[in-house]
Amino acid sequence: MSATKFDVRYVAELARIKLEPAEIATFESQLGHVLDHVEKLNQLDVSNVEPTAHSFPIYNVFREDETRPSLDREAVLANAPRHAQGLFIVTKVVE
Amino acid sequence: MALSSLTVHEAQDLLRRKEISPKEIVEDLVRRIEQVDGAVHGYLSFDAGRALKEAEHADVSLPLGGIPISIKDVVSVQGHPCGCASKILQGYVAPFDATVIKKLRAAGAIPFGRTNMDEFAMGSSTENSAFGPSRNPWDPDRTPGGSSGGSSAVVAADEALAALGSDTGGSIRQPAALCGCVGVKPTYGRVSRYGLVAFASSLDQIGPLTKDVRDAAMIMNVISGVDPCDSTTLDDPVPDYTVDLDKGVKNLTLGLPKEYFIKGLDPQVEEAVRAAVARYEKLGANIVDISLPHTEYALSTYYIIAPAEASANLARFDGVRYGFRADGITGLLDHYGKTREEGFGQEVKRRIILGTYALSSGYYDAYYLRAQKVRTLIRRDFDDAFAKVDAILCPTSPTPAFKLGERTGDPLQMYLADVFTLAANMAGICGISIPCGFAEVGGKKLPIGLQILGKALNEATILRVANTYEQSTDWHRAKPDVGGALHSTL
Repeated sequence: MSATKFDVRYVAELARIKLEPAEIATFESQLGHVLDHVEKLNQLDVSNVEPTAHSFPIYNVFREDETRPSLDREAVLANAPRHAQGLFIVTKVVE
Repeated sequence: MALSSLTVHEAQDLLRRKEISPKEIVEDLVRRIEQVDGAVHGYLSFDAGRALKEAEHADVSLPLGGIPISIKDVVSVQGHPCGCASKILQGYVAPFDATVIKKLRAAGAIPFGRTNMDEFAMGSSTENSAFGPSRNPWDPDRTPGGSSGGSSAVVAADEALAALGSDTGGSIRQPAALCGCVGVKPTYGRVSRYGLVAFASSLDQIGPLTKDVRDAAMIMNVISGVDPCDSTTLDDPVPDYTVDLDKGVKNLTLGLPKEYFIKGLDPQVEEAVRAAVARYEKLGANIVDISLPHTEYALSTYYIIAPAEASANLARFDGVRYGFRADGITGLLDHYGKTREEGFGQEVKRRIILGTYALSSGYYDAYYLRAQKVRTLIRRDFDDAFAKVDAILCPTSPTPAFKLGERTGDPLQMYLADVFTLAANMAGICGISIPCGFAEVGGKKLPIGLQILGKALNEATILRVANTYEQSTDWHRAKPDVGGALHSTL
């Protein structure tokens, strides 16, 4: 049994993934073990350390503000599960 | 002669002397695939007709003219499926070429087939593919490694001349090691990721899997360089990586990190790597002991940062714009929940949930921010080391290929397969794995990989160090008996 426990059902809801009750139990135990391992990071004093988001700091990469060709609409829509009149069809949001 | 067994540079010589044609190479590859891929399962699909057509127009005077290169199922090739070995991208056809594919085409190469992988590149064995695992050509009961295991398997089984893979925590180097190929993880920003389906954007790189170091250098020459479509690419000139290959290792200092020779390292792997180090000494390199003190924290850091970034990147798979959408939906939340439940496999769900948790309110500082700070410490370890050495030598994987099914029930055990490779991704430096011997396990010969790590943008150095060793050995010329493998699985 792992020391770290978190609410897999709630987090899965945040991530928009439905899970079977059996999966929730399995993930709770497996990810608990992973988080136990991650506890290792608490051994280090990082109070004066800057975080690294990217290995090399590159900032403000801009291009000229000019129009340029984009993907062909038909080619893009061809991948959609449902589309009509040049638009993606989304599941109904409002009643 | 079987053309499929050629290296890229051997094929190029024959093509330019007009002894063979690009079409004959493609035909021979297709023959080989039909003969052995039932046992290896390295390919998810290939389009022989289109490859043959492209072969007819190939200009063999170009740097990779007429050479078919097999592509991991995570890199977009216009008009080909790009499914990341996932059910959620079922039926998806890429509407554009990735920048690396544009560059390969401009160099005359023929993008060929879709190689198998762990779903969304999450895994170390290809067992997370929605379409079944690939098998190691050296022993069909074992994994070819992962996530680029389809690419390493087809190169090792001579079903490809060379392949592209992607490496987020070792996904090129570890399968290369387990299959006896060469695999390069370029410096972060060296190769454009435009058209690579994103897993962990601060770590992902595309790189080659090949039969020898020269081939890797030739492909790096073509795919490297700044790209306006990927703002993380580095605007540094791309040298000719083949120029320094034969310069030897005299006057080079190579570091041995003590943290990589630890309990859990397979004795046969350790023996082979130590023998390779001794060989380097004989070849004139200066070997020194070094320390990368935060190595033991790399795994924990990685398994916060990579899933966190993945949870954000994979939010795009919502069943609206592409791929799979679940049936019998009652509303929008149900649409997302069911589509992602049915479309994603277990490991992908596990990592999205872990990453979502690490980023969620109240836990962000404790997990994600702390991991980013430890990442700084890992990066500094390498800065300190490279102040003293030109390159670092260590094992690529702690063990030779493990058995299919052996680690699937225990994610943490599976994650340990990448324990020696993921620090390079965190630091953004470059690395290569080359064959350095074989382990004997249960009467089978299993390849062992030597990892050479180099400073950022020092690909030329690690390729030179790799080539010097390779040219003094025959490991890279050894071939698995895939015919035998075919019989044992049928």
